[in-house]
Amino acid sequence: MGLTLTQKILSDKAGYEVKPGDLIEIDVDMVLGNDVTSPVAIKEFLKIGVKNVFDKEKIALVPDHFVPNKDIKSAEQVNIVRKFAREYGIVNFFEVGMMGIEHALLPEKGLVLPGDVVIGADSHTCTYGAITCFSTGIGSTDMACAMATGKAWFKVPEAIRFNLKGKLNKWVSGKDVILYIIGMIGVDGALYKSMEFTGDISSLSIDDRFTIANMAIEAGAKNGIFDYDEITEAYVKGRANRKYKVFKADEDADYVESYDIDLSKIKPQVAFPHLPENTKPIDEVGNIKIDQVVIGSCTNGRISDMEVTYEVLKGKKVHPDVRLIIFPATQDIYLECVKRGYIEEFIKAGAAVSTPTCGPCLGGHMGILAKGERAISTTNRNFVGRMGHTESEVYLASPAVAAASAIKGCIASPEEVV
Amino acid sequence: MEGKAIKYGDNVDTDVIIPARFLNTSDPKELALHCMEDIDKDFKNKVKPGDIMIAGYNFGCGSSREHAPIAIKESGISCVIAKSFARIFYRNAINIGLPILECPDAASAIEDGDIVSVDLETGIIRDITKGIEFKSQPFPEFIKKIIECGGLINYVKEKVI
Repeated sequence: MGLTLTQKILSDKAGYEVKPGDLIEIDVDMVLGNDVTSPVAIKEFLKIGVKNVFDKEKIALVPDHFVPNKDIKSAEQVNIVRKFAREYGIVNFFEVGMMGIEHALLPEKGLVLPGDVVIGADSHTCTYGAITCFSTGIGSTDMACAMATGKAWFKVPEAIRFNLKGKLNKWVSGKDVILYIIGMIGVDGALYKSMEFTGDISSLSIDDRFTIANMAIEAGAKNGIFDYDEITEAYVKGRANRKYKVFKADEDADYVESYDIDLSKIKPQVAFPHLPENTKPIDEVGNIKIDQVVIGSCTNGRISDMEVTYEVLKGKKVHPDVRLIIFPATQDIYLECVKRGYIEEFIKAGAAVSTPTCGPCLGGHMGILAKGERAISTTNRNFVGRMGHTESEVYLASPAVAAASAIKGCIASPEEVV
Repeated sequence: MEGKAIKYGDNVDTDVIIPARFLNTSDPKELALHCMEDIDKDFKNKVKPGDIMIAGYNFGCGSSREHAPIAIKESGISCVIAKSFARIFYRNAINIGLPILECPDAASAIEDGDIVSVDLETGIIRDITKGIEFKSQPFPEFIKKIIECGGLINYVKEKVI
């Protein structure tokens, strides 16, 4: 039996042909941490007793969760990371004016490339599978050990294949595809496994792919990964400043499950509280009044997300009962939004536009929900209390649906407002 | 180890184990004060050192925050038995030395408040209240080594120093 795409990358690193279930210790190409997970990792790293990190260029430290610092405690957490970065000469440390949400920032800067093995002390590290690398979330202790040794341990995963065909309809995006899939297989439907996206992927933009791979963890997956094609190449070209390897699954690769998905049949999706698997197509949602709309995050804060938000919002006003918060995912995306005139339209429409931060997505800061409030959000989780009070509610959707909802004051399809 | 069972359902996520609003610190004692708070306000009052947490499928799903197993361990829980674990939580627990066992039968049968004993060597779980015994899946050798070392840091330390 042949190997899946993930198994091919892991075999290359291991130096022999791996099989599902093998426990392997392999070299990593990038180790990532943020302001929540790095302080714990740094504390553990210091216990190991090595003098230096394994490679100053292969570690990325991105304070993004509670920045700009929301309080004294979070300022101190970031300071631990900052001091460590200076002392150990970490090249890829990003201060608030140069940063972005980690999973939008690393690919944008060309720090993760096809064929890489990437670990990050953040569950959405699986995002980079969009550009055909193996990337997965780990914890702080794993991060600490990888900073010391350049290695990490993995159990080689089995894979589920998603064989895509057809083209997305207007107002349907990568977010709808991944919510549709999670609705179908459940929040543990891919537990410990790879989700491999193959077939005709030509209608999915690189941003659609980032969004899809980003939420692989919401189905319990170890990683989500896309085939390499011209779209991947166009994105990576000009960003990569080192060589990278392109891998392909074997023709006879062994998948534990395989799904055929016709992209043209997918309608905009909404995930109801309190799990991402509680999905419904937009035409079955009913009348759900909302208090807040959040557009942004590592899932949907990229330029095409801002573009569709602009398309829906331009010339319109946010409903008077609704607070709309928009946060582009990186400083570069923010600047591009300024240049294209999006920010002006967002503000004229009545939106609050924020600097890049993970804040509202995890109920950290910059848009917390009160008891009984309801939000529709382009983020990735709608767990109990995720964005604020335990008696608040989060509905997950695409930027197009979120922006339309901001205008209508209730969950709405873009077709109703544009 | 022996303790009282404290039982939860399926898909207990790391956001309810330790909500993000408390992640502006990494102090285990402070984290333990808020452990499970968003699904069980009473947890910190009822948990006693040695108690055993029982859960359903996909325990620890969501965020990779190691603060979750740290908070559980610091609150006094000696072992978590679940029908299944989310993968990042699984490796975090092993890496920090919080014993966890996957055993769907035990996780179904044990009820809240039962007295439970666990033998990590053999993987035998006993519900003393009900007088029944279960056998969990043994860990692979490599993971046993990490556990024997007392966590990943010590395992790596032995190799690099």
